[in-house]
Amino acid sequence: MKAAVMVRVKPEVLDPQGDAVRRALEKLGFEGVRGVRVGKLIEIEIEGDADPTLKARLEKMADAMLANPVIEDFEVKLGA
Amino acid sequence: MPSSRATVVIFPGLNAETEMLRTLSLAGFETTTAWHTDTELPARTDLVAVPGGFSYGDYLRCGAIAKVSPIVGAIRAHAERGGFVLGVCNGFQILTECGLIPGALTQNAHMRFECKDVFVRVHAEGPFTPKLDTVWRMPIAHAEGRYQATPETLARLEGEGRIALVYCDASGAVTDAANPNGSLRSIAGVYGGASKNVLGLMPHPERMSEPALGGTDGARLFEAAFAHLGKRAA
Amino acid sequence: MSAPPAPFPGDRPISPELLREHKVSDEEHARIVAALGRPPSYTELGVFSVMWSEHCSYKSSRLHLRRLPTKGPKVIQGPGENAGVVDIGDGFAAVFKMESHNHPSFIEPYQGAAPGVGGILRDVFTMGARPIAGLNSLRFGRPDHPRTPELVRGVVAGIGGYGNCIGVPTVGGEVQFDAAYDTNILVNAFTCGVARTDRIFYGRAAGLGNPILYMGAKTGRDGIHGATMASDEFGGEDAKSELATAQSIKKGERSTMQVGDPFMGKLLLEACMELFGADVLEGIQDMGAAGLTSSSVEMAGRAGSGVEIDLDLVPRRAKHMLPYEILLSESQERMLLVAKKGKEKDVIAICKKWDLDCAVIGRVTDTGRWVVKATPGYDPLAHAPAPREAVVVCDLPVGALTDDAPVYDRPRAPVTLRSGAPRPEDSPVSSDPQKDLLELVGSPNLGSRQWIFRQYDHIVRGGTIVKPGSDAAVVRVPCERDGKTLWKHLAFAVDCNGRYVELAPEEGAKMAVAEVCRNLVCSGAEPIGITDCLNFANPERPDVMDQLARAIDGLAAACNALAVPIVSGNVSLYNETTDAGGRRPILPTPTVAAVGQVHEPEHVVTQWFKGDGDVVFLLGEIAPERGLGGSELWVRRRGAVGGPPPTIDLDAEVKLQKLVLSLAQARLLASAHDLAEGGLLVALAECTCTSSDARDDRGARVELSLPADPVLRTTALFGEAPSRVLVSARASDADAVAGRAREMGVSCTRLGVVGGARLAVEIAGGASIDVSAAELRDARARCLDFVS
Repeated sequence: MKAAVMVRVKPEVLDPQGDAVRRALEKLGFEGVRGVRVGKLIEIEIEGDADPTLKARLEKMADAMLANPVIEDFEVKLGA
Repeated sequence: MPSSRATVVIFPGLNAETEMLRTLSLAGFETTTAWHTDTELPARTDLVAVPGGFSYGDYLRCGAIAKVSPIVGAIRAHAERGGFVLGVCNGFQILTECGLIPGALTQNAHMRFECKDVFVRVHAEGPFTPKLDTVWRMPIAHAEGRYQATPETLARLEGEGRIALVYCDASGAVTDAANPNGSLRSIAGVYGGASKNVLGLMPHPERMSEPALGGTDGARLFEAAFAHLGKRAA
Repeated sequence: MSAPPAPFPGDRPISPELLREHKVSDEEHARIVAALGRPPSYTELGVFSVMWSEHCSYKSSRLHLRRLPTKGPKVIQGPGENAGVVDIGDGFAAVFKMESHNHPSFIEPYQGAAPGVGGILRDVFTMGARPIAGLNSLRFGRPDHPRTPELVRGVVAGIGGYGNCIGVPTVGGEVQFDAAYDTNILVNAFTCGVARTDRIFYGRAAGLGNPILYMGAKTGRDGIHGATMASDEFGGEDAKSELATAQSIKKGERSTMQVGDPFMGKLLLEACMELFGADVLEGIQDMGAAGLTSSSVEMAGRAGSGVEIDLDLVPRRAKHMLPYEILLSESQERMLLVAKKGKEKDVIAICKKWDLDCAVIGRVTDTGRWVVKATPGYDPLAHAPAPREAVVVCDLPVGALTDDAPVYDRPRAPVTLRSGAPRPEDSPVSSDPQKDLLELVGSPNLGSRQWIFRQYDHIVRGGTIVKPGSDAAVVRVPCERDGKTLWKHLAFAVDCNGRYVELAPEEGAKMAVAEVCRNLVCSGAEPIGITDCLNFANPERPDVMDQLARAIDGLAAACNALAVPIVSGNVSLYNETTDAGGRRPILPTPTVAAVGQVHEPEHVVTQWFKGDGDVVFLLGEIAPERGLGGSELWVRRRGAVGGPPPTIDLDAEVKLQKLVLSLAQARLLASAHDLAEGGLLVALAECTCTSSDARDDRGARVELSLPADPVLRTTALFGEAPSRVLVSARASDADAVAGRAREMGVSCTRLGVVGGARLAVEIAGGASIDVSAAELRDARARCLDFVS
């Protein structure tokens, strides 16, 4: 099955990339953009069923390698 | 006869304007600069040079934020009039993002920033590359220089003689080992514009343009453009 | 005595636990109470804890640092400012400093190293100098330690990530791997800039009533207590995991990791350059360690003034920040400015052009007090911010935070060597020099650094005349004034071998200074100034304190002998870990970086052989008695740092350096290379194959007559005794070189002739070596394969 891991810089950690994009959107005339965070989407094809065990395995992958828990958060979605 | 005039365009985050200005003036150009918020180029601009660096920190994609700057309209109009445009490194990335040169530059195959001298061979003649098969030594300094385009685009570029420069070894042989970033067909530089008046390249000819810097091969490219402009004016 | 500040919502009561968390001892607390005539508030305690931290106050080292020579005829500014300043003539000055970012880099190598580069760049450009070159000095654990490859990749990428983006060439550096750094890596970064002598800016809050402005990135909760964290040993009570600190950041127990933004750094740099030219500033300082607190306190301290700051006006990106957090945040890419009265509008306009936040947040007073105000519950990011009614949250005498910070004369006890006393029979012997040579040139400590340097843009700005890989890098700097451009040529090198310092702290520190200056003269440059970064373990241990004090004596002795002042520096202590394996201190590592001036571009010399038929000489002793102590060969054969403690004769060193510089300036040298790690054979090998273009590689035919004793013979081939330089000269200049050496009293041995594609060494009465330059180049190139 397919799973997706979204990795983003933690809300409290500075995201220079997101800030630069927000300022550029503002300059282009797009109003009302209050914040931009840039992250990574990692798609994974994995064996197993959409159950908590699989989710836990994916979370372990994210914690061990896909994300850097010192500065990043992640979110696992099954069946993406 | 008035000298040819080169305008170096500065986007926030570009950092290689010093050597670009110096090399242009060593090649004979009268030089000036334009700021990213300008909507027009300085009068009598013959050549627009977009130097290397990290415009907007290379955030999102290299050149992605720069392409929405006010000055880009003026650069595009200049190119459409047949004016010369040169983009080096980040400048090349910006020109591809603007659509002035086909294709895209993506992360190096080995995924690292790499700064070293390489060799390039003239693969198609044009205003900046006067003689086919000339081999030049010049440095690269980039993390995203892997040239990519669709097979159709590549075939068209080849057919129209727009692949200006390819990576090669010291003897001029195009080999995988001599390709520093995994570019398709070892492409190092590409011509755009109706009359090949736009050139983008990843290597830095402006950093190999004086004996003190280790060589003068890079100066040849600027001298060629200068001579071409002189002939055109005459 | 001042009125106590109003209690602020969120304040924690002062308790023994709170003092411990802040690393404020009971004695220091008593001292604070005595200075204030009352107990400090929670916020004030936080301020004292950072200002009195080792990082800001140098409390363990200050007493000893006073012994360093910091003056000289060309010194414009010595230690105590953001960076040191040395005159380079014609109205221009070199501005430089080195700093450590050790602890954060071990926790998160990329985001630890990158802000280290950003911080030192800002220290330099805050003084009015455009940065023109960077160096770094790195120490990692043994190559086969499981974390080493990841740390090397991360640190190198982080340094490149910042330096490449901001556009300052990283032109050199050094790396050493040793088990002593397994759990405490070192990341020391150096920057040099060039300024006009009439436009040097200082971190001084001068001029009563002048506005204080905040410029740059918004403040978040990043790196709060970074300055006190620099005094943490890793491990401690939670000794099971060497990653305890990283784990606690992950769990949110510690403050947020600071993230560098080189793009913002570039905007700050360009905006500052414009501000300097516009003559609107009275003083300026980077908000580095301990952020807004240390920058405002130090600026007031240097000017003998006072300041008043309103935290409500500080641009921020995190919600509900307490005064404590705003004051101690180490968010990157921020500067504190003192503008000339009435010029604040001009400052703000320039910041706007560069897309930077800028706000007036206070003013200069003459009270000698550091007064901070804030409105309880006020948050500019709230939907409907409460009305502002600021109350005083800190009211402290500036002197108590700076000059009156504690100075400790910590107990010292002579070092017991980890290796024990050396025994002659322990000395390794080389029975197959060719095999040993190939092993050494391909070893992680001695091989090529190209894998690293290629990840740094070392040529941006088009001024790099000698690229990384030679003894020193040389950069050509355009110095512009009144529409005219003058060219100045500066050379840079950085050095230290902690193994020598471990065996003999004073001698090892002398050797670091001697080598870094030798690297400069070998490149044709006259050394003009030094900056140091003293990396040591826990100074509360008498043996470590003794190492530190003796190393400082060694630095002082060598700087005095070579007449080179130390104009700036940094001290990083507590580089040790206690874990299940026991206490692991780093090797004492007093890193020194030196700046040299090349007076004519034609004086530049590089290390590799140039022309067939050139004559190769060794300047200095060929077979000094004691040379294997602390050598790479010893460590590789015996598994640990050891051997007879190294020594250096400073008089001989001075003579040698004068000779080499005079030969370079007389244009008599085709190449020059200092003998360092790996000794004579490794240096010879390097001369054959270190040009950036393999087509330049050239072999040599060399004959050595050496003592018969196998230990002495091995020492001559691979020993690392100092004060030796390998030079080559055109055959027509050979007599002149030998003659000048004789005149100046330096031993000069003709070793052989450059030519061919192989290095051939005949050792009289012993083995011979015959290996191609290509093979040597290849072996050197593979030395870091374990990382990539």
